[in-house]
Amino acid sequence: MAALFKARRALGLCLGGCRSFTQLAELPDTHQLLRQTCRDFADKELTPIASKLDREHLFPTKQVQELGAMGVMAMEVPEELGGAGMDYLAYSLAMEEISRGCASTGCVVSVNNSLYIGPILKNGTEEQMKEWITPFTTGEKVGCFALSEPGNGSDAGAASTTARQEGDEWVLNGTKAWITNSWDASATVVFATTDKKLKHKGISAFLVPMPHPGLSLGKKEDKLGIRATSTANIILEDCRIPLGNMLGPRGAGFKIAMQTLDSGRIGIAAQALGIAQASLDCAADYALKRTAFGAPIGKMQAVQFKLADMNMAVESARLLTWKAALLRDSKKPFIKEAAMAKLAASEAATFCAHQAIQVLGGMGYVSDMPAERHYRDARITEIYEGTSEIQRLVIAGQILKEYQP
Amino acid sequence: MSGRVLVGVKRVIDYAVKIRVKPDNSSVVTDGVKHSMNPFCEIAVEEAVKLKEKKLIKEVVAVSCGPQQAQETIRTALAMGADRGIHVQVAGKDYESMGPLQVSKIMAALAKKEDAQLVILGKQAIDDDCNQTGQMTAALLDWPQGTFASEVALEGDKIKVVREIDGGLETIRINTPAVITADLRLNTPRYATLPNIMKAKKKKIANMKPEDLGVDLTSRLEVLRVDEPPQREAGVKVETVEDLVGKLKDAGRV
Repeated sequence: MAALFKARRALGLCLGGCRSFTQLAELPDTHQLLRQTCRDFADKELTPIASKLDREHLFPTKQVQELGAMGVMAMEVPEELGGAGMDYLAYSLAMEEISRGCASTGCVVSVNNSLYIGPILKNGTEEQMKEWITPFTTGEKVGCFALSEPGNGSDAGAASTTARQEGDEWVLNGTKAWITNSWDASATVVFATTDKKLKHKGISAFLVPMPHPGLSLGKKEDKLGIRATSTANIILEDCRIPLGNMLGPRGAGFKIAMQTLDSGRIGIAAQALGIAQASLDCAADYALKRTAFGAPIGKMQAVQFKLADMNMAVESARLLTWKAALLRDSKKPFIKEAAMAKLAASEAATFCAHQAIQVLGGMGYVSDMPAERHYRDARITEIYEGTSEIQRLVIAGQILKEYQP
Repeated sequence: MSGRVLVGVKRVIDYAVKIRVKPDNSSVVTDGVKHSMNPFCEIAVEEAVKLKEKKLIKEVVAVSCGPQQAQETIRTALAMGADRGIHVQVAGKDYESMGPLQVSKIMAALAKKEDAQLVILGKQAIDDDCNQTGQMTAALLDWPQGTFASEVALEGDKIKVVREIDGGLETIRINTPAVITADLRLNTPRYATLPNIMKAKKKKIANMKPEDLGVDLTSRLEVLRVDEPPQREAGVKVETVEDLVGKLKDAGRV
């Protein structure tokens, strides 16, 4: 009970005094305009090419540059550093609209904003921010985030990539796995341990330019979905970087990674919402047009119930996502809500994509309609940036803290 | 030269929406229907903002006539780079009967009040397809006009306009102040950048009524009826070319 009151009070405070929760549905003018702008961009520039990008595994270079020019590649970054200076609610809205057009492009935007720029913005020095953030705000360059390894994904504390100090350099050795944007990135945030005995407290974060001597890329993974993004291993073999390339204090790497992922979750939740919404749009449109047994299939209860369930799943996940974003924007605790948002949205995405194929029947199974691509794109949202299982652990951990007498 | 450009922006039903006629055939359904800035008005705003970026003009003022929602359209223009907005409030029956004559009277009055060097409008709106407001505004002001512009070049106190006409392209040189109407190929409107969307919030939109400008909104037109276009009928197959020509002759097409 106490936790519920606390949460409700927190929400009331963070929405700004007199605004009630129901007013959450009425976004501020700027955010409405932003949402419309991103939607127009997605409709005109992304939806028409999404199928081709997926089929041919093409990185959306031109579109990323255009998004950069709009400020979408660095939404939270202050204007002085070249960003758009907007809040996380705006970022969630932009992510959803872009992902609705092309989930792969949404992924590129998310990795650059939350996973690459995010930790540098929070932990970097002035010089680091100018060097490692500003060139990555324009869409000309994108970054990536190297935490997972072949031996550990969810078990991030078991990092075995090492960093040893040699004079005025760090020397990195090890292999990172599943790194999105790797083949298209110009820099990466790498997590490596300086002392394995300290376990997760021995991990630090490092900034490495790409390409760089000692850093090589593995083969591009042949993925089920989000195929326009490049995902590969990053192999570090005596990769030397200046001492000044450590991000944040020594030993803070694990904490930085977890904090980064807490926020990144909101972006991924928004990406999943975009995929879910696109699936719903596809299914509803088809239900009105396709006739069977003498009437549009939208008249059948079986189809109607599916559409209702899909819309409910998307809308509830959307409200959770907005709530998490608003809490983060008001600097209130948001870890539980972000995990809930990511979990709800990713499960909504897989559910909606699955049902959309069902509504489309045979047409849902072929590439003439986007339903099959949404199905393939949705699947990863339950895995990356924290699996659904990890999300449940995070949520439960927070609940137990709240109830601790 | 004041360096001030007035740009008219109209809020219309979005081009992608399927238009439905009201059951009483009085007009089309607008309630709950998605609206956006008229595409030719977007091109007009883009041209004005480009002129300002080239430092050929100093200020872009976006003007819209209509009910409260017209402010959204002005905000979009501000987010694209216009400096300030003017919302001329017209609502209810007045808004329903408002047409190019009324709008051009308002634009002309504002052009004088704001000492505008240039008025840029879209060539026509996609809802009524009138293609009259620019021409009427120029006539009321007794200003030269460059309509269907696909290229605009400021040359001192004159403007060179390349116009798209039926036979091809016509290039004219007109004095300023002048009225220009934007055609499709004049430019490609930009997407509003996020920083500009934030800045648009702080830009001023002045409110005024047509009476403040001494404009009488009485319409000389009465809409009798609005109907859907006729349903497309099935075609007819013919066996030979002679049959085809015969049928075309019968229908009076050849």
